[in-house]
Amino acid sequence: MFDTPKLTINLAQKKADSRRRMLITIIFGFGLFGIPLLYFTGMVGIEKINMLGRYMCYAIMAVGLDLLWGYTGILSLCQALFFSLGGYAMGMYLAHHGGPEGIIDANNWKLPACFYVVYPYKVGELPGDALVPWFWKPFYWMPVTLMLGLIIPGLVAYLIGWFGFRSRVRGVYFAILTQAITVAFWLVFCMNNMKLCGTNGLTRCNSMLGFEIANENFKFVMYLVTLFALAGVYVLARSIINSRLGRILLAIRDDENTLRFLGYVTYKYKLFIYVIAGMIAGLGGMLYAPQMGIFTPANMEADKSILVVIWVAVGGRGTITGAILGALGVNLLYNFFTSEKDFILFRWQPEYWQFVLGLLFVSVVLFIPGGMVDLGKKYKDLIKSIMPGR
Amino acid sequence: MSKSTERIIKYYKEDSPKETRLWPGKYLLFLEDITAVFDGFKALDIPALGIEHNELRVVIGPNGAGKTTMCDVISGKTKPTTGGVYYDGDDITQLSETNIAQMGIRRKFQTPTVFGSLTTYENMELALPGHEAMWGNLKRKESSEESERIIKLLERVHLLEKIHTEARFLSHGQRQWLAISTLILAGPKLLLVDEPAAGLTDMETELTADLLSGLKGEHTLIVIEHDMSFVRQLSSRVTVLNEGQIMDEGMLEDVQKNKDVIEAYLGR
Repeated sequence: MFDTPKLTINLAQKKADSRRRMLITIIFGFGLFGIPLLYFTGMVGIEKINMLGRYMCYAIMAVGLDLLWGYTGILSLCQALFFSLGGYAMGMYLAHHGGPEGIIDANNWKLPACFYVVYPYKVGELPGDALVPWFWKPFYWMPVTLMLGLIIPGLVAYLIGWFGFRSRVRGVYFAILTQAITVAFWLVFCMNNMKLCGTNGLTRCNSMLGFEIANENFKFVMYLVTLFALAGVYVLARSIINSRLGRILLAIRDDENTLRFLGYVTYKYKLFIYVIAGMIAGLGGMLYAPQMGIFTPANMEADKSILVVIWVAVGGRGTITGAILGALGVNLLYNFFTSEKDFILFRWQPEYWQFVLGLLFVSVVLFIPGGMVDLGKKYKDLIKSIMPGR
Repeated sequence: MSKSTERIIKYYKEDSPKETRLWPGKYLLFLEDITAVFDGFKALDIPALGIEHNELRVVIGPNGAGKTTMCDVISGKTKPTTGGVYYDGDDITQLSETNIAQMGIRRKFQTPTVFGSLTTYENMELALPGHEAMWGNLKRKESSEESERIIKLLERVHLLEKIHTEARFLSHGQRQWLAISTLILAGPKLLLVDEPAAGLTDMETELTADLLSGLKGEHTLIVIEHDMSFVRQLSSRVTVLNEGQIMDEGMLEDVQKNKDVIEAYLGR
């Protein structure tokens, strides 16, 4: 009957997979060749390149959330927190090396310029007791910063997961828990006496590894670095999903209880993917800080994490490609709709963007529950239903 | 308490690990003084029950008799209010369901639980024993011998055509078989099979009985079933539960003669 059962493969699934693979190849191909071509021919300015670079940082964070939410069924509302922890790590490095020169504390450490808002001294009037805090010091060196930018979000994710998953907090309750933690962190980071520069955030960032971050070439290189990081994260996510571990994650999403009766310690798997997603978000934040030139607590406000969920939902959850597409697409729309435009009868205001976003989200949920990655198939189905002969 | 109940309790109590302070080697599983109380309602009250090595035991009883609760207690889904569950000499009463599963007790739920977004093959693959450790799963692939076993088993339950179909597209009967196949593939010492014939046609039921009988002698099985013709096909020792208590025990023909059993269950 079936001599080689391994060859019989689910055709619809394979088709969808190859379509998505094509889509992601187009996205990366365009990012690697199309955009630089447009840039070098002068059709796209460096501001746009820089903007795309920042949106790709968001896409990196979205891939992490898709691993969590799309594949494992864990709705986490603190991805922006992990993003910010990475961003703060890099921001502290930038703050160490930025700002006016020559303001040295009693321990011979140069005081980051953004500290002047916290320490009530004028520039140059530094007394002996205003010191660079101990936890700022490791971020003076780039390799340490890179490591800590991954380890700190990973560690925070580990702690949240350890308490949440072990006591079997699930679904909405886990989402609420993570949101509460995000708000708590945000409040802490906003406090001036935490010596994280309060609501002003990490400012006066102007050089990284000796390069001026305002420099056009630096911005372009950062764009390429982010593109490769995104590709790397994509490959990592794919390899996790295609392994046996990925199928166990799907099984957790489907029916965690049954999996326990098969002898799997499910919380360990959830913890693993949660830490991975946290570190991915941290990486995104680290790449974001130098491209933005400033990092403030606004990046970890509660609504930022919800936005990530919207990107993944709009792009198509459980596909990775959809997360990237959603993050880039929604942010490009945001960029388009938050500029003022004059029409004949009325003036488009940036505040109207919220309506567009809401409409987009609701219509995707209603009409293409599979997200933007399913648009092509939807379109084909529509053509087929109108013209059955084709 | 009826005479038959007293007889059964006396039969088991002689061997009970608490009385003798020794593990009776005859048994693989022993329940002792188990009660499970939910909101004041006594769902289960078993003074003593032993399952011998490589025995196939069928548990029957009317709805709400505590059959599934008994399974829950053994597999660690619910913790008993009092009493102890002993498995091969170990007290497993307070262990988690994961630990119990790793010790070699696997169960099939009343409604066939399969993972909907995984294919038939992947469902089987997850049930392979010894693959529970996390880091290994990043790289591990099943050996060719293992995949051969999976394919053989799927052939037996007529699921080979559906090998790469996601399980949510399977029919009820196919899910039942997939759930039973995963159980058999795992090859545990003790199998708890909750209503394997529910919702199956007569022909399908026959194959299911065949599959389970094939495990006789190598594995210990506890099968919970409603379907009398199915129980007859298994031809093994039967325990009758009613209102959480053991009512009678013996071969089906003998049990069917018991007046209490007829009144509570069979006669209706």
